[in-house]
Amino acid sequence: MPTNAPMPIAFFVLAGVTLVSAICAMSLRNLVHCGLCLALTFAGLATIYLQLGAEFVGLAQILVYVGAVAILIVFTILLTRNAEVHISPVSRSWMVGLAVAIIVCASLVLPIFQSPSLHRTPIMTPDATVRLIGEKLMTQYVIPLEAIALVLTAALLGAVVIAMRDEPEEKTKQMMEPPRRGGAKPELDPPRLSIPAVETRQ
Amino acid sequence: MEGVDQIFVIAKHWITAWSFWPNALRPFVSILLSIVPIIGLFALAFGITTVVERKALGRVQNRYGPNRVGIPLTKIRLAGFGQFMADGIKMLIKEDIVPFSADKVVHYLAPLALAIPVWLTFAVIPFGRNMSAIDLDAGLLFFFALGAGSELAVFMAGWSSRNKYALVGAMRGIAQMISYEIPLVLSTVAVVMIVGSLSLNEIVRAQSSYSLGFIPHWHVFTPWGFAAFVFFMIAACAETNRAPFDLPEAESEIIAGYLTEYSGFKYALFFLGEYMGLFAITGFAVTLFLGGWTAPLPFLNVVPSWLWFFLKFATLIALFIWVRATVPRLRMDQLMKLAWKFLVPLTLINLLVAAVWHYSGGWAFTGALAIRWVFCGAVIGSAYVALGRGLHTKHFAPRAYRYAD
Repeated sequence: MPTNAPMPIAFFVLAGVTLVSAICAMSLRNLVHCGLCLALTFAGLATIYLQLGAEFVGLAQILVYVGAVAILIVFTILLTRNAEVHISPVSRSWMVGLAVAIIVCASLVLPIFQSPSLHRTPIMTPDATVRLIGEKLMTQYVIPLEAIALVLTAALLGAVVIAMRDEPEEKTKQMMEPPRRGGAKPELDPPRLSIPAVETRQ
Repeated sequence: MEGVDQIFVIAKHWITAWSFWPNALRPFVSILLSIVPIIGLFALAFGITTVVERKALGRVQNRYGPNRVGIPLTKIRLAGFGQFMADGIKMLIKEDIVPFSADKVVHYLAPLALAIPVWLTFAVIPFGRNMSAIDLDAGLLFFFALGAGSELAVFMAGWSSRNKYALVGAMRGIAQMISYEIPLVLSTVAVVMIVGSLSLNEIVRAQSSYSLGFIPHWHVFTPWGFAAFVFFMIAACAETNRAPFDLPEAESEIIAGYLTEYSGFKYALFFLGEYMGLFAITGFAVTLFLGGWTAPLPFLNVVPSWLWFFLKFATLIALFIWVRATVPRLRMDQLMKLAWKFLVPLTLINLLVAAVWHYSGGWAFTGALAIRWVFCGAVIGSAYVALGRGLHTKHFAPRAYRYAD
């Protein structure tokens, strides 16, 4: 809806939120904060999709990225390492950083400028209704869809297999036994959560 | 009766058309007139539901519920229905305690992150004929997308509180929401398959006719629809953290879960967000399975459509309160088992049944309906019985925990 009057203001607000949260996601010290900012970035991107009239893509973006990927990211941060740790960067040289940034940027920008889609005349009324997407998925793109479904099912089964692997019987039994008086206490290794106790006051 | 049915729509158009508004302001007036009644009405419904719930719980537990507070400075008691105003005032003026080592910003934002998306979901619910704030083509998807945001809010609340009970509560909450979202979505997919649209207005329209002149075409009156309705209600109960699925805030185990470190108005916002989530999901259950705003009998269409919606809505809320009062809380492994080993397979089988129902819809010979009914009902019923029995055999029996049983 490019002719809509309030579009530019709304677009600039949403784009600003998206950009600022993306910058925060890169630069904040606390990793969990970074993860939450990333979720905000995903949501901002989704609102831009929605504003462009791509209803299905926008809502799917929120459903998948904010609902699943962001949760996965924050949980991974929480469960795998102490979120308070300040990671030292691989390289402190800003020259190297700049070079990497330029290479990445160029490798994205050059193909975009060479792509034929730039010279296509834009379709004025994008007709990407949910029904159309569904029909395309079920007819033209049914094989890729099935392939993705297969991959996802395999991933799901793999996750279940990993989660189902119990500890050896003896160790479990030993852990279940109440500690005997004088005997060595069984080694319990609780998962290290990054929830700080009282001693990590800021 | 057309006038009474459309009274709110007509009133909205009438107010928007006043020459008093400058033309640039007109769209905003129209938007405001859609939003403000929703917020006002459901906030009031929230207050009344809390009192009704406490009174009903009291009745079930053989005691009085709140029955004192009425209109202040008078002798009018209203049978205790002024209680929610007193509670609200109390919440507002309570001290807002933030733990010393809490992550202040995230702690502050968590209640908002829960409450705002939940309010947005009301935008797509059709409360009556021509009465939905926006008619989205993908209304169902909109609802589930916004529901996904609440998991992040729960995480924010639990993590930022710097409290072990809060974190355990948040983990339980997120695990539960993610697990029960699957049966919730899968049970609605059956409806989408039959109707062929994600638009909620379209789904209501598909249920608005009657066969034989008196049987409404509500989805709950079909074998797949009834099964999906039951699964949807169970999953909805878990999704909104209500008893018997209130493990995330099980007060006898982990104090109040992720709400442990919240007080005052932030706590009230969480409370509000939870009830709004319940209202939204109940509104969806009404829309998807109980025919939305359509009347149960054709001659009852003289009663305004919005009244039918709210009657069904109130009935389902009463059902939720009844369940909360009577069913004890589950244990964590029972909760996961119910979702993954029972509800997910059953909802998947229900999808197949819905497909059979859809494709057998063209049968024209006599007795076709009976055959469809018997076949679909038998598949769902036998799957239910087989899974229910099968999960108690040796191989699938629950793991024995020495210190838990």
